[in-house]
Amino acid sequence: MVASINNQRDLNRRGFLRVSFAATSGLFVSLYLDLDLACKVLAQEGPQAATQAKVYPPDAFVNIRPDGKIVIQVNRLEFGQGVQTALPLLLADELDADWANVIANLAPAADVYKDPMLGIQMVGGSGSIAHSFKQYRELGAKTRAMLIAAAADRWHTTADKIRTEAGVVHGPAEQSATYAELASEAAQKPVPANVSLKDPKEFRFIGKRVKRLDGRAKCDGSLKFGLDLDVPNMKVAVVAHPPVFGARVKSIADHEARRIEGVRDVFEIPLAKGTGVAVVADKFWPAKQARSQLKIEWDFTGVERADSAELWTRYKQLGLTPGNVAASKGDAKAIDNISASNRIVAEYEFPYLAHTPMEPLNTTVRFDGDRAEVWAGSQFQTFDHMAVAEVLGLKPEQVTFHTEMAGGGFGRRAVTDSHVQREAAAIAKRLRGTPVKLVWTREDDVQGGYYRPMHFHRVELAVGPNGLPVAWRHVIVGQSILAATPFGPMMIKNGVDQTATEGTADTNYNIPNFHVSVHHPTVNVPVLWWRSVGHTHNAFVMETLIDELTSRARIDPIAYRRKLLKPEAKKLLRTLDLLEQASASWRNNLPKGHALGVSCHESFETGVACAVDVSIENKRPKVHRATIAVDCGLAVNPLTIESQFQAGIGFGLTQLMAKGAITLKDGVVEQRNFDGYVPPYIVDAPVAVDVHIVPSTEAPTGCGEPPVPVISPAVVNALARLTGKRYRTLPLTQI
Amino acid sequence: MVTYQLNINGLRREVTVDPSTPLLWVLREDLKMTGTKFGCGISACGACTVHLGGVATRSCIVPISHIGDRPIVTIEGIGQDSVGQAVQNAWVEKDVVQCGYCQSGQIMSAVALLKHTPKPGDQNIEESMGGNLCRCGTYPRIREAIKSASAEIAKGGA
Repeated sequence: MVASINNQRDLNRRGFLRVSFAATSGLFVSLYLDLDLACKVLAQEGPQAATQAKVYPPDAFVNIRPDGKIVIQVNRLEFGQGVQTALPLLLADELDADWANVIANLAPAADVYKDPMLGIQMVGGSGSIAHSFKQYRELGAKTRAMLIAAAADRWHTTADKIRTEAGVVHGPAEQSATYAELASEAAQKPVPANVSLKDPKEFRFIGKRVKRLDGRAKCDGSLKFGLDLDVPNMKVAVVAHPPVFGARVKSIADHEARRIEGVRDVFEIPLAKGTGVAVVADKFWPAKQARSQLKIEWDFTGVERADSAELWTRYKQLGLTPGNVAASKGDAKAIDNISASNRIVAEYEFPYLAHTPMEPLNTTVRFDGDRAEVWAGSQFQTFDHMAVAEVLGLKPEQVTFHTEMAGGGFGRRAVTDSHVQREAAAIAKRLRGTPVKLVWTREDDVQGGYYRPMHFHRVELAVGPNGLPVAWRHVIVGQSILAATPFGPMMIKNGVDQTATEGTADTNYNIPNFHVSVHHPTVNVPVLWWRSVGHTHNAFVMETLIDELTSRARIDPIAYRRKLLKPEAKKLLRTLDLLEQASASWRNNLPKGHALGVSCHESFETGVACAVDVSIENKRPKVHRATIAVDCGLAVNPLTIESQFQAGIGFGLTQLMAKGAITLKDGVVEQRNFDGYVPPYIVDAPVAVDVHIVPSTEAPTGCGEPPVPVISPAVVNALARLTGKRYRTLPLTQI
Repeated sequence: MVTYQLNINGLRREVTVDPSTPLLWVLREDLKMTGTKFGCGISACGACTVHLGGVATRSCIVPISHIGDRPIVTIEGIGQDSVGQAVQNAWVEKDVVQCGYCQSGQIMSAVALLKHTPKPGDQNIEESMGGNLCRCGTYPRIREAIKSASAEIAKGGA
């Protein structure tokens, strides 16, 4: 067992570090970086309280095992983005560990694993590396310093005479000891308050193309996702959700359903909105069969029936009037004084989009009366953990929350109302003592809401004699994502949800008279962040309009953008330079019937420029090649960055698919599964993607979301060159 | 409930289940072989692909009563096959996976393709892999890995 040594060292160490030691299990170091909370506790209750505020698991981040393996806890969900490799890589580099001995583990929900910048345990905003770069490097460096201190004692020498290499400590008289051999002694050393981190030229792993730690297990079927979980005596549940968001169960006829062998129970449960009917069975198949046999009468009283056609009418009307001001520069009326021949009015429509991660949503819960255990692939552990505790009437510390590997998410597992976990907890509460795995079928997922909001954009712009825009008046209409979340009060300013205007209101283009406003209608459709959030539609509007202006001005699309960018948009300027160079071999030599499409966009502090070679095959765009230039600061793992961009642009093409829309009629979602809502398959994705990274020593920024915004405008910009048409209504049903 | 004798990855397995149960759920829940994934339930995403009698098949829509004596090979067993092993190795070497959830199905489809067409061109790849959805979008690397596995097999390196 692990014995925690609650040390009595100076305030800084006590406030932020905790060391424990276990003779059988080696060294554990945990670094408490919840600075915000620590500062609050210090301010309110004095230094003594800081150490007593919370007890963290002693093996919080690093465990050097006697067998030489180094187990590193990852404070975030892995769902494809590669953080389960990248964070251990940062730590292992500073630790001078042998990479072959590193094992990564997804950490459970606990305060110690909260994002050090955000104070919530979560993945979002492409912030994993940006926020934990220093945290994980310091963890590695401090652990290494303790190992060195232990070796110095053992060899009666001083730390400066000791060096480390690949998991081995070397002394001045050719002594050596492995980390595992020194771990127990190191655990008794004080944790250094400060350590110096490596100079980038000393990096051994950072900046190298390092393969994923989970690669093999994801190729031989051995890796367990949340849906693969099998807990002894577990039951499986599915839920019949109302056909219209927020409707309630009026009556249930479950006679047929209960006759199916293996069905254990059928009962009504509360949902985030309205109520539903849970079916519990021994296995999935009888549960699903039984659900289809239920006869449920729904109560639609007071429930708004959203309808896409009606919403478009309403949104277009709203778009004619100014909304809440998101950006205002220069004269708002400047445009009215410019002749009609130099003005463009453009209207854009973006539908609701579902995320449809490959692994359907699921959560397993066991409720034992005074405690509970949860297994979930959660992007927002802090919220989901608290939600389960609340439903079960427990304190969060009575609920153990395991983070399970997730099959994609793209935002869908980051829901502040924790609706899936609440459903699972409500069912587990009734089953008391029996674990239950709640499975959302694909139909539940496609029809279940939490979509990228539909948006309408109306832009009036005017160009000057040099072909550059001089005035821009832009109205955006779309539901606020933040309004329904706890972030709303803090983040919605002057009636503007920045997740709806990001990429436009803060554009990097220098337009002298520039005005953006937004309307946030309330609609009975739950909405959510969809990988790259507002940039999905804002980049499309900006980059297609700018492209239209480049054609109009007969200026090269790269040169035009460079001319129009603000000088401070250094990342974008650098990516355009790199793009120009990297695509030179093919950009101006395209075969007949092919066209070039260009775009650039900065999101989450990462600059991206994109050039595509597109033709039309079977009445659909065929992307033969994409060249991407990216500036994400220091490239922690260039292989992951390359992969994220190669694949992420494929994800971005979702919104160009002919059936890439969620629509509602009389309150009911019209698509059910991958037959009605069709994301890109291999034939729809770029054939080849070459990714070029701007060399940089600046702080690393995100790569999860920034691939998405650039691709769809680049593709339609190419289509426009092929057909002469402008594409402003998505999905792209016709070319 | 009916008892069925199955040949899975060369082993004889017995299950007693409702005859309508799709092979996918027999594998996942009765035999605890969770490498084969549930993605859509309507054979639209390919995550559940197995080889049934040597043919890449969506196990989510094949009732167990329709299996008969056809041998079943799943992701857990495909590495015993030289082409299967070459494909798995190429997938690891090219660092194809991201979330990884669809990759069992992708690999099973790729193995079926290479067994039938040892040197596939882009069009063969698009046809054979055309029903396997990857939401992460790893398609460009899937193409590369298939071509790389094809080259390895040709060299006899598998």
